[in-house]
Amino acid sequence: MTEPLTLPAAAGDRRRTARTPRERGSRAPLGRRLRGWAATTWFLLPALLLFFLFVLIPIAVALYTSLFKWGGFGRPEDFVGLGNYRKLAADPVFRGDLWRGLLIVVLSLVVQLPIALGTAVLLNQRMRGRAVYRAVFFAPYILSEVIAGVLFGIIFLPGSGLADELVGGLPLVGGLAGKWFSDPGTALPTLFAVMTWKYFGFHMMIYLAGLQGVPAEILEAAAIDGAGPWRRFRSVTLPLLAPTLRISVFLSVIGSIQLFDLVWVTTTGGPTNSTETMAVTMFQFGFKRYQMGYASAISVAMFLISMVFSLLYQRYALRRDLEGAVTSAGGAR
Amino acid sequence: MRAAAVRGLSRHALVWVLGSFVVVPLLYAVISGFKTTGDLTTDPAGLPHPWKVSNYTGILSSDTFWRQIGNSVLIAVATTLITVAAAALAAFAFARYAFRGREFFFTLFAAGLMFPPAVAVLPLFVLLRSFGLLDNPLGVILPQAAFALPMTLIILRSFFRTIPAELEEAAVMDGCTRFGFFWRILLPMARPALGTVSVLAIVTSWNNFLLPLLVLGGQKWQTIPVGIQQFQGQYATNYALVIAYIVLAMVPAIAFYSVAERQLIGGLTAGATKG
Repeated sequence: MTEPLTLPAAAGDRRRTARTPRERGSRAPLGRRLRGWAATTWFLLPALLLFFLFVLIPIAVALYTSLFKWGGFGRPEDFVGLGNYRKLAADPVFRGDLWRGLLIVVLSLVVQLPIALGTAVLLNQRMRGRAVYRAVFFAPYILSEVIAGVLFGIIFLPGSGLADELVGGLPLVGGLAGKWFSDPGTALPTLFAVMTWKYFGFHMMIYLAGLQGVPAEILEAAAIDGAGPWRRFRSVTLPLLAPTLRISVFLSVIGSIQLFDLVWVTTTGGPTNSTETMAVTMFQFGFKRYQMGYASAISVAMFLISMVFSLLYQRYALRRDLEGAVTSAGGAR
Repeated sequence: MRAAAVRGLSRHALVWVLGSFVVVPLLYAVISGFKTTGDLTTDPAGLPHPWKVSNYTGILSSDTFWRQIGNSVLIAVATTLITVAAAALAAFAFARYAFRGREFFFTLFAAGLMFPPAVAVLPLFVLLRSFGLLDNPLGVILPQAAFALPMTLIILRSFFRTIPAELEEAAVMDGCTRFGFFWRILLPMARPALGTVSVLAIVTSWNNFLLPLLVLGGQKWQTIPVGIQQFQGQYATNYALVIAYIVLAMVPAIAFYSVAERQLIGGLTAGATKG
């Protein structure tokens, strides 16, 4: 792929090869094809180098080290085969991670995304101050997870935080006072509330952009035909928004697979693992207990789960929307 | 007419309720930074009495805070330059030239999006340690640039594709080299797309936590998110001071957002609606 020998020649020949930029198919003579390749290599080289060194090789390294019992120092020597994976499959914490991850995904789908959709529909109508509202709802997304985590850690301080003061004496939520992040039963819902605060504005923005693609004429025609607001939303807006919704679901799932920062800053996974995620477990084993082999196995598991999910989702749900999902995925991190 | 007014009003009321959930924590943070910690815990919802500015001024006059800001700026700018340069070159080749393996390599890059960086962070640490890049800003910059590549590349490629081939043919007739066309004609034309991808890369780098936490262990190169966590550990129960620290850390992000809002939202949503 890297052809150091042909590169000097290519540099001299660049002008000639560039004359027919679109003709470089497989039918071109060998010499010209090679020169074309060499010139293209110059353009691809920096990106390929970066990508191989810091994305693909680490994944290969994790695959390798996951086969060893390894403390992280020196060469891994104690080969255990799939032992780490067997241990992983039986580990109640890791199984709990999977379960909690699923719970967060489900909660996102039934709570966070509907809130985002409702807000988007609301703000898609003409109203005074719309731009300001949009900017405000989106603001938490641009703050780092660490800032959000530290802030809500203090807001949810049991006994003396703002949250206790606000819910104290209220029906339903009053019982939460004094618990929040410190009680295993309420820690995950509290974490989810913070996630909703942080991310719903991002999904709202995506939906707002998607709503631009719903033609006003169709809505007007539906209204003339006697469809009420709810019917118009259900039968016109929602189907036309479907590709956007599918992408937002995709981003939400990929985001929850790698959930780390917010958890680490607020609870470090506790109390008694009640908010622990795969990434937190990986970090605990890799960098606190120095079981790097085992932690590598967790990395590989995360990798496989993301890959299987992405492939299945793109195969069955996204289909033609693929390009779109791909373009905005990095943004939801 | 009256019904419409009522509807409008109730819509505003709804938005205000939602908005207060978003704004109250932020407002609480700004106000709490002016309190003493005793004041903060006994009366969390009240105003400070008296208003104490020394939390904020103390942090603003500390070297540590400014050093962390400086580190974050340096790392974000370097990450962005590297990723945009590498991605623009590659996107140019992907968009305009047919070569064997083009689809394969492009799919490989695009697949990079499916893998959250957290997946690779542990082996990255092992790798960076063997390269001697721990406690070195390059140990954060290069991996960040690599992980930002896929999205940058995809956005730039789709932009480069919109530029007509005749333009390049004309430039070549006038004696322009391939790289000359790329550098002197294509890049200046792609300024809006370059702006979008740069803003995305800057924000991602600015907020990144896990990798800098692992790689930049020492004080010297700590970025703002790592610094916040450090500060929280150090002043665990001095809540008012910790809050003042995060409020000040919010300022650059909010300022940047208000300047680059269009590019940021454009970049985040452009792809999502294409389907």
